[in-house]
Amino acid sequence: MALDAGLVGRSYPPSAVYEVGREKIAEFATALGDPDPLYRDPVAARAAGHPDVIAPPTFAIVLSLGAGDVVVDDPDVGIDYSRVVHGEQRFTHHRPITAGDRLVATASIDAVRSVAGNDMLTTRVDLATEDGEPVCTTTSMLVARGAA
Amino acid sequence: MSAAVGLADVAVGTELPEQVSRVTRADLVRYAGASRDFNVIHWNERVAREVGLPGVIAHGMLTAGLAARAVTAWVGDPGAVVDYQVRFSRPVVVPDDDAGAELTVRGRVAALLEDGRVRIDLTVTSGGAKVLSLARAVVALS
Repeated sequence: MALDAGLVGRSYPPSAVYEVGREKIAEFATALGDPDPLYRDPVAARAAGHPDVIAPPTFAIVLSLGAGDVVVDDPDVGIDYSRVVHGEQRFTHHRPITAGDRLVATASIDAVRSVAGNDMLTTRVDLATEDGEPVCTTTSMLVARGAA
Repeated sequence: MSAAVGLADVAVGTELPEQVSRVTRADLVRYAGASRDFNVIHWNERVAREVGLPGVIAHGMLTAGLAARAVTAWVGDPGAVVDYQVRFSRPVVVPDDDAGAELTVRGRVAALLEDGRVRIDLTVTSGGAKVLSLARAVVALS
């Protein structure tokens, strides 16, 4: 089923606040096998000019995956998640995600396309502090492979 | 920011140190928990095959995260990465053994942008085949 072009521009209510924890950042860095002290040691992070430990450049996926669920679960989108693969991903950092940040995620639909029976859905998630400071914009393109 | 690499150190064509890592099934489980991406195709061989995949595949974002490490390790401060984008072209199939799948990341400075920003283009391969058709980071240097 082709996605409705009228979905472009639809935006969803902001998420609950997500508090970025030092332990979660360290867990994520460990899952990437990354020993960088700026992900674990507040003293090292401060020496590098950050207020606390910072997150790896792809950490925002933790928040954007959850925020993107509202799009995939939208009955008007009607995407078959069992046939979905990740096509593209982009992170634009306005500043590093930092331990202690209290972030709100707002999802919206940036683009829909159908190519050769495959549906492509581009979702944007804006991450900002609860006070409204922009922190990171993530863009995810999902491909729902057409039934062969 | 206190990047280890400064603007004076780079020119178009400057190469990043090559990074070789291995991804095992245990790494997939660990990444699933850390990222909260519990899609079954990343841990269940039966389901992966049922949906037409050659086997259990790595999370695209695990591949992307490992590739980004080559940039952050080189630049010295991960906070210098202001933009990172990837396009997934081929799944990384992770066999059920101790060796797992190999992932090789090469990078070079592709462009000097405005305001001390530098674009790094990455080439990410597994078993000799490109798994990301595009992997590009922009870092802010001083």
